[in-house]
Amino acid sequence: MAFLRNSLVTLCGIGFVGAACMAGPSLPEGLGEVSRPGEPRAEERERDLLDRLSLDLHGFVEGRGGVRTQRDPREKDASIGEIRFQMEAHRFAPRWTAELVADLIADAVQCEEDVDLDDGRGWLDLRRANISFMATDFLDIKVGRQILTWGTGDLLFINDLFPKDWNSFFIGRDVEYLKAPSDSIKGSIYTDWVNLDLVYSPRFRPDRFIDGSRISYWNEGLGRRTGRDVPVEPDVPEDWFAEDEWAFRLFRTLAGYELAAYAYSGYWKSPAGTNPTTGEATFPQLNAYGASLRGNLSKGIAHAEMGMYDSKEDREGLNPWIRNSELRLLLGYEQEVARDFTVGAQYYLERMLDYGAYIASHPSGINMADQDRHWVTLRLTRLLLSQNLNLSLFTFYSPSDQDAYLRPSARYKIDDHWIVEVGGNLFTGKDDHTFFAQFEKNSNLYASMRYSF
Amino acid sequence: MNQRILWGMLYWMLASGISSPAWSQDLSVEEIVERSNRVAYYQGASGRSQISMVIRDKQGQERTREFTILRWNAPGEVEGMDPCGDQKFYVYFQRPADVNKMAFLVWKHLKKEDDRWLYLPALDLVKRISSADKRTSFAGSDFFYEDVSGRNIEEDVHELLETNETFYVLKNTPKDPAGVEFSYYKMWVHKDTFVTVQVEFFDKKGDLYRQYNATKVEDVQGFKTVTQASMKDLRTGGETINEYRDVQYDIEIPEDIFTERYLRRAPTRYLR
Repeated sequence: MAFLRNSLVTLCGIGFVGAACMAGPSLPEGLGEVSRPGEPRAEERERDLLDRLSLDLHGFVEGRGGVRTQRDPREKDASIGEIRFQMEAHRFAPRWTAELVADLIADAVQCEEDVDLDDGRGWLDLRRANISFMATDFLDIKVGRQILTWGTGDLLFINDLFPKDWNSFFIGRDVEYLKAPSDSIKGSIYTDWVNLDLVYSPRFRPDRFIDGSRISYWNEGLGRRTGRDVPVEPDVPEDWFAEDEWAFRLFRTLAGYELAAYAYSGYWKSPAGTNPTTGEATFPQLNAYGASLRGNLSKGIAHAEMGMYDSKEDREGLNPWIRNSELRLLLGYEQEVARDFTVGAQYYLERMLDYGAYIASHPSGINMADQDRHWVTLRLTRLLLSQNLNLSLFTFYSPSDQDAYLRPSARYKIDDHWIVEVGGNLFTGKDDHTFFAQFEKNSNLYASMRYSF
Repeated sequence: MNQRILWGMLYWMLASGISSPAWSQDLSVEEIVERSNRVAYYQGASGRSQISMVIRDKQGQERTREFTILRWNAPGEVEGMDPCGDQKFYVYFQRPADVNKMAFLVWKHLKKEDDRWLYLPALDLVKRISSADKRTSFAGSDFFYEDVSGRNIEEDVHELLETNETFYVLKNTPKDPAGVEFSYYKMWVHKDTFVTVQVEFFDKKGDLYRQYNATKVEDVQGFKTVTQASMKDLRTGGETINEYRDVQYDIEIPEDIFTERYLRRAPTRYLR
């Protein structure tokens, strides 16, 4: 404000545009004097050492703790308790970028000494380590460990078959940890007519799926919930270059509408079968094909996505030990209904194909799934206090399973560095074996504090 | 006066967007609005600017935002004319740290809803953002989206209240009062340069509640450019001060920078 006052005094003091002082605002610095058109500005941005090296360092330190809202004898009472240090380094050059993002973790709940970079277990989780470059004007390549996302759903994924970390999601880590990294090469071809993304992962990577180590779940084989007492024995296909994954996306934007077609060849990302002799959880082969559309509709954003899941190892649906093929469908709409208040709703359908064969081959004594699983989701987001406070409630509800999952959270930015958050993951349902209800004993509340730099 | 005419002609040659002061005596209100809009949002065929925002609340607590804006104007139908039409914006955030490397893309349309996307690098997520309400805070500041990308001049009825030595004083009344929070706003447009020096927004009761001031203007490539501006919210007592550095016009940026490709892979060449 001193600045404004000064300029006012200066301008009036020298009698310049005297009338203006009476009739309107003072002229800002730089107006009213004789113009010097075309003269370049000599201002050179001060660049610090990191900038000169084009090295960009950022990160955060975070403490996060949470407890179950009810006792679960199969799991620890603490749902989460960790200190995380994320370091992010970027090196920029005109035609390429290198990126390294690594998390160092002190985890009091799941104390693992050995680092497993595939599963993100232990004290190190390597999130991103890649190089991307413009191979030609129309071809971008990204090689290495990367986070990959596409598709239109809000926390629902049909054609995005890149690995997810459901444990992180359910125990209340920041939502960025829902995406687990892929070790892949991604080529993107851009033309005037259509663009193509092609992702090759030389070795299949499953989701960081619910295996009982942190989240108890319904164990159909035992007919009860199990957790740390019965660890899942997975049989993950992981032969390099033999058990690999391909993912394609053809996409273009037409008059503001985003159109995409997808294809995937690989394996079910979370266990979708059981080896009847060993009891191991299996990841049968999966092909998927789909399409999506997203764009403005009325005053909001509408999206639609569908996918055909072709369960390759059991195309007729006769093998009870392998998940059947499915049709998946998603419709969504989001709108800012009042200032800083956004509402988003989605409808999601999973339809089992070959349902007759499923019924016919279904072993007795095991819960039978419905042909259709319907979900509706509702996201309410309210921004308050100059958008520094974000109140959010995301609700999944299944009318067919009669269960629900609620994600309330309140997040406050104290200043440019500190963010505090409290939230919950609340599961409920009529039966014990349905998708969300099985996690009922894992309902939790968490709090976190993060310093970003 | 001769010198002013000379400068004016030079301006005209250098940039058709800048008008000559000598000819500005008998302009219609539409011409004044059009020229001030051009100076505020459309100079050059494209542009870039590094923006530092300081958001200060009533208690004096400060928050900062730093980002780069790239702008591209859709070419006009008439060769050589730079129209005040549709535009594309690319906003790349650097600070605060929690929004570092987020990118925001806007396709501004005058005749339909804007298209907006936000890229979240940690999730590699390209999110579509609803754009119905352009009068919401931009990045938590006292500036609105519409202050940053420009309000469509067709949405208001313009009156010339006064012409004095220095300013055209305009009153702008929305054609759709239900769609906005103000009943009208007054603009002080500098007569020689068409720089908008002050804007006062009046609420439905007729009280002044929001005020914009251009506080520093510089010449950049022949374009009068606001390099410091403030927006005060008189109700909350908050104020945001924007500083625009490294301003460049006609940066020869291709239109395809404003696509998903460069949301996912920041166009560093144009950002640095």
